[in-house]
Formats: sequence, C-alpha cells, structure tokens
Amino acid sequence: MNREEIENAVKDIIQTVAPDEDLSNLRPDLKLREQIELDSMDFLDIVMELRKRHGVHVPEADYKELATLDGCVAYLTPLLAKAGAKVAAR
Amino acid sequence: MAARYDAVVIGAGMSGLAASIRLAQFDRRVLLLERHSLWGGLNSFYKRAGRRIDTGLHALTNYAPKGSRGAPLTKLLRQLRIAWEDLELGEQTFSEIVFPSARLEFRNGFRGLPESVAAAFPAEADGFARLVRAIGDLDPYHAGEPRESGRTFLGRFLRDPLLVEMLLHPILHYGSAREEDIDGYQLVILFRSIFQEGLARPEGGIRRLLDLLVGRFRELGGELRMRTGVRELLVDGGAAHGVLLDDGSEIEAERVFSSAGFVETMRLAGREPGAGDVGTLSFLESISILDRPLASLGHAATMTFFSTRDRFEYRRPEDLVDVRSGVICASDNYASSSPPSEGILRVTVLANHDRWCALGEDDYRAAKVRCAGAALDAASRFAPDPRPHTVLHDVATPRTIRRYTGKLGGAVYGSPTKRRGGESGIERLHLVGTDEGLLGVVGALLSGITVANREGLMVGDRS
Repeated sequence: MNREEIENAVKDIIQTVAPDEDLSNLRPDLKLREQIELDSMDFLDIVMELRKRHGVHVPEADYKELATLDGCVAYLTPLLAKAGAKVAAR
Repeated sequence: MAARYDAVVIGAGMSGLAASIRLAQFDRRVLLLERHSLWGGLNSFYKRAGRRIDTGLHALTNYAPKGSRGAPLTKLLRQLRIAWEDLELGEQTFSEIVFPSARLEFRNGFRGLPESVAAAFPAEADGFARLVRAIGDLDPYHAGEPRESGRTFLGRFLRDPLLVEMLLHPILHYGSAREEDIDGYQLVILFRSIFQEGLARPEGGIRRLLDLLVGRFRELGGELRMRTGVRELLVDGGAAHGVLLDDGSEIEAERVFSSAGFVETMRLAGREPGAGDVGTLSFLESISILDRPLASLGHAATMTFFSTRDRFEYRRPEDLVDVRSGVICASDNYASSSPPSEGILRVTVLANHDRWCALGEDDYRAAKVRCAGAALDAASRFAPDPRPHTVLHDVATPRTIRRYTGKLGGAVYGSPTKRRGGESGIERLHLVGTDEGLLGVVGALLSGITVANREGLMVGDRS
C-alpha cells in the first residue's frame, strides 16, 4: 500500500469506530485525539480493526506510534508490506 | 470431544450481552448461555394479557443527546456499534424527591436540581456548588475516586442532614448494594448518571434495547443458547477452562465471563464465599396498568422518590416490606412517539428476601396482595391511587427476582463488596455486571465492554 492507501485504510477504520466524527479535514501531522473525539476504548478498536482487516498486529507498547495519521503511515508501511506478502503467498 | 470456544459467557443480561458482542466483533468464538427463555436478566420483560411488561426498568440513566462528547452512553453505543437513533430514547418529564419537610425536582442535563436545592436549602447553595465541582474533577471509573463512603463524601460539602438524605434517596435506590450508604465512586457515577445526565426510556421499553443487542450479537456470528443453565464451572489448578451444563455436557473455553454475580459464580466454582458477600437489599414491585395515562389524572412527574419520614432508611426491613419510603415510576410519562392510551405505575419498596422465601404458598399469595396494597397506600400520598383505574396488576417479590435472575438473597444490586476489573480470584474467569461495580443498564453494559476489552481482546497484545 502507498501512503494515500494507508491513510484511507486508517480513515475507513476510524469512520467505522467513530461514525459520528467528521474526518474530511483531518490534518496528518496533528494528533488524532486533538482533532476528533477518540478515547482509549476507541483506540483499542482501531488496533483490533487493523488486525481484522489487514492482518497487522500492533502490540500495546506501540499504540503511541499511531497518534497521528503520519505516525500511522510510518508505522504501518513496513508491517502492511509484510502482511501483504503473507496474503500473496497463500 | 467437547466443543471448544474462545469464550463462554454466563448470562444474557446487559453485561453478558455487551461482553459477548465485543468478543464476537473481533472474531472470537463466543458462546453465550442463558438459563431462562428470555434474555435481559434483571432488565427483562414478560407478556401478560396481551401487554409487554418490563421487569426492573424504571429508567435508562445516563441520558445523553446524540453525539455527546465523552458521555458513557456515547462511548458504549460506539463500542457496540449501535446507532443512537435506534434506541429511540424518550426523555423524562421531570422527577422529584419528596420528603415531609422538603421537595426537590430534577430534569435531564442537570436542569432544575441546583435551583431546587437553592430554593429549599438556601444555606447549602455554596456547599452544593462545591460538591458539583468536586464531582466533576473526580475519576470514579478508573481511579475509583473518591475512596471514602458516599455519605462521608457528601458530608464534606453539605451540612444539612435532610439534604444529604434527599440526594441519597435516588442514588441508593438505583444502585447501592450496601445498607444506608454507598461506595464513594459509585455515588459519583450515579450522581452524574441520574442528576447530571438524566433519565430516559427506549420507545416500547427495554425490549427495544435487548433486540438491538441480541441482533448485533447474532449478526456477528455469536452463538446464543437459551434455556441452558450452567451447573458447574470447570476449574483446574486455579484456572477456569470451561463449564458443565445442566444437561451434563461439558464445554471447553479459553476464558469464562460470568454475569451471575460474585457469590453465585464462586458457588458454581465449588467455593463457599463469606456470609457477608451475599447482598441484603431486595425489593417488592407493584405494577399497575391503568385504563388512562397518568397525566390525565394530574400526575406529571416521571419518577417520584418518596419518604414519609425525614430520615429515610435504606436497609433490609425486619418485616416483609418497608413502605415508609420507595420509588414511584410513571412509565407513560416518558416522551413517546405515540401518545400513551394507558398508564403504567410502578411502586418499588424495600423487602426482606429471607422472610418472603420462608412463606408457604398460601401465605405467599396473601402476603403479595397485602404488601402491594400497603405499598400503594403509601405511594398514594405522592401520586394518584391507581386502583380505581387498574386493568391489570402484578407484583414481583424478592422470590420472583431470585427465581428469574438467580441472584442470591434476591439482591438486585449484588454483593456489597465489588470486584472492580472483574477479578474473581480464579484465572481465566472474569466477573462482569453488577458485582464488577458498575450499576444500572448503562453501567452493566459498560462493565461487560471494559472487562471483555481488557481480558478478552487486549490479553493477546500484552504477551
């Protein structure tokens, strides 16, 4: 996945977890929690959805890497490449 | 070979349903077991003479308008992926707390109560404002604040014992498993839930919410088995690994979540808990269906928390019931999309479970009539007497509660000692619901969600 695809995948997940939030003006460099209402329970859901949809496992110690959209892209790019390779090999 | 699940959940009440939904949402294989033929547990419903009657539900506390930031209702709807609109919540008109020497009134969104306190207790206005600020600053959910008892906490801000009694009345009645007092963090949660957020009712009653929850669980592929009781918890080397059903079959599971209550769960695990762990507070409820709405009889309040004495007692009565205080609920005084053609008046008073259970059948039936009559006599000083207009009357006693919920002592609020976090003392066995310390419909749902999140979803991530 390229940068834009990863951003969209994360936004799709946020929209599922927090359907009442408007994501059209999210800035990638700012903390998600400062722009929309996301608590720790919502955050867990984002992580769980990443695993469910994309086979990516984010350990609790790494949750902080997902604080911004930019952070999500940086953290997920190598993991998604690996997960994608696994899917392709099946 | 025995069937194997990621999780077995005991009890399809609010907390069991919520926990099951959370686990199934993320592909855990979940089996939800319910002993009865209806789901809902303490908040269920039954049919009588063509009508659907709710059990237990006076009100859904924690009313919050759609999208309210940080509200418990918003959080739990998100977690369960249920749309706010689907609950079709109808708000209360107003509720009142009526004692011989004073009356307080409150509406949703914390309207009415501060003004009403200032009018009835002018000397306490400052103290009340400080109390409200303190309540706003505390973290009852995670930090369990305050650590002191609810009564001690209120006493730090309010000097007039009557005001303390009056504020405690709805709070104790809507969730204290302790006599005469409540844990401080529960007081803060209930103060917010009842007074600052408020009361509402799903259109058509509890059935609407239950249908949404059960529908959601099934849509996620969860397995719900009705009329399936658990005889025993299977525990080996201090860890739970499944359940033995009433029919003798065994089910293996990675984890067991129990909403049966602490004492009840310990008994299933073959452990005898301490005598003080069984709750002592139970209730009698008289339910009258009237041929006309209560508003047409001049009764506008939704809830009336009454006491016939300025010092109200919240403890197990010596007698079968204590009708000196209680709660009146005019269910048809919630806003509704279809104007009510009938009235529903519930009167709830404290009752002594052991005395009710010691009665023979004939005495039991006679006592039901006599005690419900006494409760209605008492309530008729605060609301219209429903009896001249009654088309259907029913009474639930502590025995009814025990039979349908399995709660020892008919204790609807469970054990006086709560186990926050769902700690059972046995590995892979987690408590959800009332005995986890969160109360009411919203509290029970949140309890199921948070325990399932931590013990069922996040555990894999920690390793």
